[in-house]
Amino acid sequence: MDILSLFVIVPVLTVIALFFSNGLKQARIISMIGSFIQLGMAINLLFTYLKERAVDKSVMLFTQDYVWFENFNVHYAIGVDGISVALLLLTSIVVLAGVFISWKTDDLPKEFFISLLVLATGVYGFFISIDLFTMFVFYEIAVIPMYLLIGIWGSGPKEYSAMKLTLMLMGASAVLMVGVLGIYFNSNADGGALTFNILEISKVHIPFEAQKLFFPLTFIGFAVLGALFPFHTWSPDGHASAPTAVSMLHAGVLMKLGGYGVFRIAMFLLPLGAIEWSWFFIILSAIGVIYGAFGALKQTDLKYINAYSSVSHLGMVLFALLMLNKTSWNGAILQSLSHGFMTALFFALIGMIYGRTHTRDITKLGGLLKVMPFISVIYVIAGLASLGLPGFSGFVAEMNIFVGAFQHEEMFYRVATVISVSAIVVTAVYILRVLGIMLMGEVKNEEYLNLPKATWFEITGIMLLLIPMIGMGVAPLWLSDMTMESVGPFIQGVLNHL
Amino acid sequence: MNLNSFIAMRQEIFLLTILLLLIVGEIFIHKNKKESLVHFALFLFGIHTIIGFFAIEETSLFGGMFRTNTLIHFFKNALNVGVLIVLLQSADWIQEKMVPLNKGTEFFMLLFSSLLGMYFMISAGDFLMFYLGLELSTLPVAALVAWETSKRISSEAGVKFILSAGLASGASLFGISLLYAATGSIYFADISTVLTSTNLTLLGFLLFFAGLAFKISLVPFHFWTADVYEGAPIGVASYLSVISKGAAAFILMILLFTVLKPLMHVWENIIYVIALATMFIGNLFALRQQNMKRFLAFSSIAQAGFILLGLITGTQLGTATVVYFILVYIFTNLAAFGVVQAIALQTGKENRDDYNGLYRTNPNLSLVMMLALFSLAGIPPVAGFFGKFFLFAAAASKGYYLLVFLAVVNVTISLYYYLLVVRAMFIRKNENPIPFFKSKIYMRLGLLLTVLGILVLGLYSPLYDYIFELSTLFNK
Repeated sequence: MDILSLFVIVPVLTVIALFFSNGLKQARIISMIGSFIQLGMAINLLFTYLKERAVDKSVMLFTQDYVWFENFNVHYAIGVDGISVALLLLTSIVVLAGVFISWKTDDLPKEFFISLLVLATGVYGFFISIDLFTMFVFYEIAVIPMYLLIGIWGSGPKEYSAMKLTLMLMGASAVLMVGVLGIYFNSNADGGALTFNILEISKVHIPFEAQKLFFPLTFIGFAVLGALFPFHTWSPDGHASAPTAVSMLHAGVLMKLGGYGVFRIAMFLLPLGAIEWSWFFIILSAIGVIYGAFGALKQTDLKYINAYSSVSHLGMVLFALLMLNKTSWNGAILQSLSHGFMTALFFALIGMIYGRTHTRDITKLGGLLKVMPFISVIYVIAGLASLGLPGFSGFVAEMNIFVGAFQHEEMFYRVATVISVSAIVVTAVYILRVLGIMLMGEVKNEEYLNLPKATWFEITGIMLLLIPMIGMGVAPLWLSDMTMESVGPFIQGVLNHL
Repeated sequence: MNLNSFIAMRQEIFLLTILLLLIVGEIFIHKNKKESLVHFALFLFGIHTIIGFFAIEETSLFGGMFRTNTLIHFFKNALNVGVLIVLLQSADWIQEKMVPLNKGTEFFMLLFSSLLGMYFMISAGDFLMFYLGLELSTLPVAALVAWETSKRISSEAGVKFILSAGLASGASLFGISLLYAATGSIYFADISTVLTSTNLTLLGFLLFFAGLAFKISLVPFHFWTADVYEGAPIGVASYLSVISKGAAAFILMILLFTVLKPLMHVWENIIYVIALATMFIGNLFALRQQNMKRFLAFSSIAQAGFILLGLITGTQLGTATVVYFILVYIFTNLAAFGVVQAIALQTGKENRDDYNGLYRTNPNLSLVMMLALFSLAGIPPVAGFFGKFFLFAAAASKGYYLLVFLAVVNVTISLYYYLLVVRAMFIRKNENPIPFFKSKIYMRLGLLLTVLGILVLGLYSPLYDYIFELSTLFNK
């Protein structure tokens, strides 16, 4: 068995084991073991990848190819590069942290962990696929469990949020399906056979007319998941209603599928379309960056603040990708990773605060630093990372993005870049505002004086996220090198057409 | 007739034998032991289904009136499996409700007659045989729709069905006569060589098409669907929604791709418009249905619209994807109907709100229903996704990207109402939920078969490749 397929097989086996389990205790132990194995595999993959990369310079490593539907030339084709390896590592860490944070799910625990792991299966499968069809299948598998996760275990207007999120994301994936079919039926433009294989399609010269038609469909199909303005509205409602672990997984991992798909498929396979349309989507993503930041400034619900902050940060990922150069693309990848750890950490902390104080309204909270110092200190660290302070992961990413963006000299790019950069200032304002109101000052509610301490599983979950986040900030170079190298062939494929 | 002809017609002959055996049984078995006939009929039909899987050779009989080949044979097998599932799911209902009224055996006899009609319809080599098959498959169903004579709504549905069916088959017959007038033949093989696009043939085609469109319940011939499904016994409604619809779609496809191929530039456009109308109307009307049977009726109208996306192509890919989709659809829709039937039989409840909180009392039934709904909505990894994706691929292969785009818009609309049922079962709470119950063995077997179909048909790819191979037969 190849080491990549295990990333799909292990969660599937875990789900099957969960199916026969009974009660919360068994369910969480099984999920924890499964996720631990997964994390181990991801770390192992990282080192084998680095070793292999030193000798093998092909675009994708560890490739495997099994024919699935012969007549459609659908293959179960897998392979990874530095970007997928990093994202797989991110996923496995967030999933494990999510399992720890949901240690005390008492309503239908078995079903909760099953849905969570089905979602994870979809994400893993998506990151290892290099066949469009297989990728699309995993993409949908990753999205659909969200409906149950939010609907059953959520809070607030959960039925509304769950339906809105599912319909918008599945609607986007339906649009994406048209794009995928369009790419597929043009993949014989140079006379070869029709194929879904990404690496093979990238060598084909798809006619310009087709690229112009299918790029927006493919781009929007993925970018809705990356919270592209004006299709981001599912995100704040969805995150606010979702249970903690689901918010973590969704903002931390699932939304990364959007940016990943954009550069891996939309831009790599339809470069002429990307060049043709980039101005339009740059406008949308710049609006998203600044709109998300201001949205976060106005909210008082912690989860909404974070959700809008995600819209802003992931808008930056899309913005960077649309800049179409190597530095900004690498920035986009790093931003995805950094945002993944950071936002998952935020949502975990919010869940813990909410679990103790029973409110997420920052105006009702105050002086938390005095009553729950551990959680508060971590919150400060996450906040500083979020506003891009040097020494944390966010800084490296944003630095790359804007250095790349400033390489364009036209007025249009300059204006768009300046607008996006200014969001960083707003980010600082909304982060510091939360820290100031919620953590500093007097304790507003007497009951908060004796809140329970963080439990061992909460601490484990948080540490899992905190360590890589700080690690990325302190020693960004080895990671940056790994992704930079893998970004190379992809951006080159696009630039060849400029 | 020699032995080979018997072998070629063995599906028909065996089914007829079962029918006759049931008549004999009905006459000679004592009134109090009629229940055993239910087991007997199921057993015989099970054997019939299994025997069907033995291969058959391409044959043409009676001077070309009757023909069969591997694809037709394959499709008959698919219908057999579907009918077997329908019977398994209805067996409890027949035993509990119909046998005491002394109407158990006739149910089987009428259903088998209708199935026999479908065999002849899809095996037809000329329009006469086709028409006979069409009638034979429709008339018994009218009686079955009105089977629960004690219920007014059932009788009403029966009348509605027979009136609309009569009108449709009249139109169809008139269309056939016009085609005959224009070409001078009723044999498919002859017509395809001489058919040209004239006003007369176009009118003939339109009228003929209307008759089949009624059976597939395409817009604007769908008005009977919801009322009839609601009034009919659930087993009959599920039979109408999958077997009857599937067979009609199959023969329509064969006729369009072979006999009526010269008119392709016309029927392409007609199907384009009708596909859009069917998808949108089916989906939009399904949004507000409370009754599960009406809900599934509109959902099945919308699904018929998706089938047209494969029909529009006129290629081997189109044939393969349509047959594959129908096969998947048989299992999927029967799973949904099966759950509705199991619940209705136990509690008499048929509304969506009654399903609130079902998962907490009946997790297995809810899971089956969820799988079925996901498959209907086209969510991987269940079979419905592959069926839909391939149909859309077929349409895209001919460059109908706008149509595919509008179809995926419809998929999203349909996802909404399918999720409403999931929401009822999994998310909503209920003061007074449907209590836990265990269905009898036949029902469970019927549901198990559908679940296996839903899970396996998609992931097991050689099946699609096999269908694709067979599809060359009608696309030379």
